[in-house]
Amino acid sequence: MAEGKSILVDTSKCTACRGCQVACKQWNGLPGTKTKQVGTYQNPQDISTDTWKLVRFAEGVKADGKPYWYFFAEQCRHCVSPPCMLQSTVKDAITQDDATGAVIFTETTAKLNHKDILEACPYRVPRQDAKTKVMRKCTMCFDRITNDMPPACVKSCPTGAMIFGGRSEILDKAAKRVAELKTTYPLAKAIDPDDVRVVFIVVDDPKKYYEFAAA
Amino acid sequence: MTNHWIDIKNSDCILIMGSNAAENHPISFKWVLRAQEKGAKVIHVDPRFTRTSSKADFYTALRSGTDIAFLGGMIKYILDNNKFFKEYVENYTNAAFIVGDKYSFSDGLFAGYDPSKRKYDKSSWALKKDENGVYVKDPTFQNPRCVINMLKEHYSRYNLEKVSAITGTPTADLQAVYEMYCATGVKDKAGTIMYALGWTQHTVGVQNIRTMSMIQLLLGNIGIAGGGVNALRGEPNVQGSTDHAILTHLLPGYLNAPQASQTTLKEYVEKLGPKYADPRSANWKQNYPKYAVSLLKAWYGDAATKDNDFCYSWLPKADEGQDSTLLTMIDNMYEGTVKGFTVIGQNPACSLPNSSKVRQAMTNLDWHVHINIFDNETASFWKGPGLDPKKVKTEVFLLPAAASMEKEGSMTNSGRWVQWKYKAANPPGDALSVGDIIYRLMAKVKELYKKEGGAFPDPILNLKWDYADSKGAFDPLAVAKQINGYFLQDVTVADKTYKKGECVPSFALLQDDGRTSSGCWIYAGSFTQDGTNQMARRKKEDPTGLGLYPQWSWCWPVNRRIIYNRASVDPSGQPYNPKRPLLAWVDGKWVGDVPDGPWPPMADAEKGKYPFIMKAEGVASLYGPGLAEGPFPEHYEPLEGPLPKNPMGAQMSNPAIKIFARECDKFAGCDPRFPFVCTTYSSTEHWCTGAITRWQTWLVEAQPQAYVEMSQELAKMKNINNGDKVIVESARGKVEVVAMVTTRFRPFTCGDQVVHQVGMTYNYGWLFPTDCGDSANILTPTVGDANTMTPEYKAFMVNVRKA
Repeated sequence: MAEGKSILVDTSKCTACRGCQVACKQWNGLPGTKTKQVGTYQNPQDISTDTWKLVRFAEGVKADGKPYWYFFAEQCRHCVSPPCMLQSTVKDAITQDDATGAVIFTETTAKLNHKDILEACPYRVPRQDAKTKVMRKCTMCFDRITNDMPPACVKSCPTGAMIFGGRSEILDKAAKRVAELKTTYPLAKAIDPDDVRVVFIVVDDPKKYYEFAAA
Repeated sequence: MTNHWIDIKNSDCILIMGSNAAENHPISFKWVLRAQEKGAKVIHVDPRFTRTSSKADFYTALRSGTDIAFLGGMIKYILDNNKFFKEYVENYTNAAFIVGDKYSFSDGLFAGYDPSKRKYDKSSWALKKDENGVYVKDPTFQNPRCVINMLKEHYSRYNLEKVSAITGTPTADLQAVYEMYCATGVKDKAGTIMYALGWTQHTVGVQNIRTMSMIQLLLGNIGIAGGGVNALRGEPNVQGSTDHAILTHLLPGYLNAPQASQTTLKEYVEKLGPKYADPRSANWKQNYPKYAVSLLKAWYGDAATKDNDFCYSWLPKADEGQDSTLLTMIDNMYEGTVKGFTVIGQNPACSLPNSSKVRQAMTNLDWHVHINIFDNETASFWKGPGLDPKKVKTEVFLLPAAASMEKEGSMTNSGRWVQWKYKAANPPGDALSVGDIIYRLMAKVKELYKKEGGAFPDPILNLKWDYADSKGAFDPLAVAKQINGYFLQDVTVADKTYKKGECVPSFALLQDDGRTSSGCWIYAGSFTQDGTNQMARRKKEDPTGLGLYPQWSWCWPVNRRIIYNRASVDPSGQPYNPKRPLLAWVDGKWVGDVPDGPWPPMADAEKGKYPFIMKAEGVASLYGPGLAEGPFPEHYEPLEGPLPKNPMGAQMSNPAIKIFARECDKFAGCDPRFPFVCTTYSSTEHWCTGAITRWQTWLVEAQPQAYVEMSQELAKMKNINNGDKVIVESARGKVEVVAMVTTRFRPFTCGDQVVHQVGMTYNYGWLFPTDCGDSANILTPTVGDANTMTPEYKAFMVNVRKA
């Protein structure tokens, strides 16, 4: 496979404006779902077949007694060796694009066992449509990236928290940024950079961001 | 903004206070984070830990409405520890001026207060002048009545313990913020302040901003790259609306609105441009008569002549002390004296304080014309909660308007950059641009006056109204050119002749004899002499490397990207900060940004000028005797506050605010029925009252319903769980919303009192979605800043209980 593409999500620069969450819906023609205020900024509550990119909000108190509020703009990580694809029992239900490395769910995912695919995913991303049984998730904006446009989420990011590019370039940038951040945040790290194409940088324990932030 | 958005990246220390920039001005954070990446410190001071705080190097909380105490403590820190930029303060501020003998301050009140009028006699605060009318100075600062010494005395009371008892901020945090920020009081460091409605929307709003301006002057942070006093404006063109006189006390370009006592043009312009005898002060406002006459020529064209005072008598005049601001207008409507109401792009039934009063007031109207892109709670007020449509007599006309991307025109951003934009799509159905609606409306009024006559027809029949294109449609370019201004005859200035019909390329060329026109003098230069639209420029050269981008769009005044920039150089014209030179005097001319006037630097004894050219005396005011409530900002509690007394003195709240005394306006400070401080704000996902964003499903999905944020401690005390429905109630009304229990709000310890605070967005209303909850402004009080009448949305008292 070619080196393919990658997305860097630097949570230290994310202000949780949710431009990415909305841009994803706009580009991919996904509906706004009916939600309720349940006592958090996070809404919808979870990713779904209609929500492929979701900003997760996690708050608490730091050792110095001051609050923290971490934002995790979650999406499919587009694994280098996708466990969901390995788990798939139907040919071409889940495919990986040779040029970009994007992991694509097709309509025949309807024939797969959702529980198996979900549990195979270290990040618990795949979601199934209740009626059609088709599974859906982020496509890395496959129709955009194969036409020289960055994914819609990256395009919408006002602070530069998200960058799109060739995988080695993105991994270099991630390593450099982590080194910078470590001077202030000793726990700063890139999450599973060798295994995924959507690389998140965090400044604290990934579990504080989201249960399944890291594999 | 004195500076502009991109310039934030040049800062060494960014104080965000009175603002939730990351949420409400998301793009600003591109530049904040860029500065931070280069090593700048970001400080956020806010009652609530927000998405802005999450990115700050240092966060601390203060109780809503206590910013002057917090900043007053910073002034004391600067003076006690000699952190001020001495040369800047000596030369560029009024620190050396002498405060007059009548001035005094005692127990919360300045000299000259008349309690019966709730007004000060400001002459009591005058600075000393010599026999020529020039201010007396003591550059040695030995005179105890020197401004700098009076400043020190005034803020000596703002010690850490006292400030902490007011703000609820721990003293260690106060000290930390003061140290971090005041490290910028040296030549080669810049500190900036980003503020927004969190400062303006208080009974002491103007004084909040003035306190910070004084700090910026003491630290030498005004006029420099990476510094300034920066108001983040929340609507893409709200700066433009202010420039063009949306406020009741102004004409375009910040010229004062005429008063009834000013019966002739001469009397009017004499008040506009003060005289000052020191030749080293440019005193730019002495040019204001030229701008006033050019404005009258723009409005009345050939009808305006020298012989008829350029039709000055046709302008509406305000009565002595007349207040036409929103709160008073609604009060008049409530009383029944206002019969018609035109609302353009606003939703006052949700955006103004004490919404129930506003909605009731509207039932007294005969007619209401509403121009908007969607229906909202104001257009549909007659079928709102508690109102019987059968009993509301008001006739409502809803005119569909074009959205911003459906029309051509200019937008002026917070940094004063005027950017021309083009139409992306036609508006749907019968919708028209607001310009088109206003143009047609006035054309029709003129036609009716011509046909039927009427009272005082001259100003209407003679109004210059030729802004249609060849097809008869509204032409925004024609309006923009009129705003810029024309030469109406050939004019020769300094051996150069400008032809009749050409655009005026700079306000320096405007005349007071009727030979030029300009609809807003500060916009003169937005077109070149040959009519090229400078606002449409899109060149990306950046010769200074500071991000000024002088050929991207155009900015007022005269494309000067950072105003007061003569204060960025020393008196000989050399940049204080050689690493980020904004301006330099090189070989007899200025290099860099467009300077604040062409004159040589101040050290030139013959031709040099002081840097603050918009002040008559040429220097900035640490002592400012012009505001309603005093020459030095003083901490007063909000109209509704939690404390039994003001720890700073006997005067509880701002002595100069207007009190509305109707039953529906009742307020309740330190009242056990309403024990918790409440503040209101917006969120990233909705815009203002949500009148536009609540129709957008992806945004409603992200922020679907009204909520109240509160601490875990308060929730426990009131037996409230996260996600519970709760009632929030003030002296004026109540709303049902969802409780958001969070670690991001904490109780304040103010002296020996624990103060709980809650916060709500004002993004919702009853109309749509039907389950989103009604406006937080049902709770807010009818009271405004003593100078501007900007409502106190940010600090008032409520109770919270389980629904």
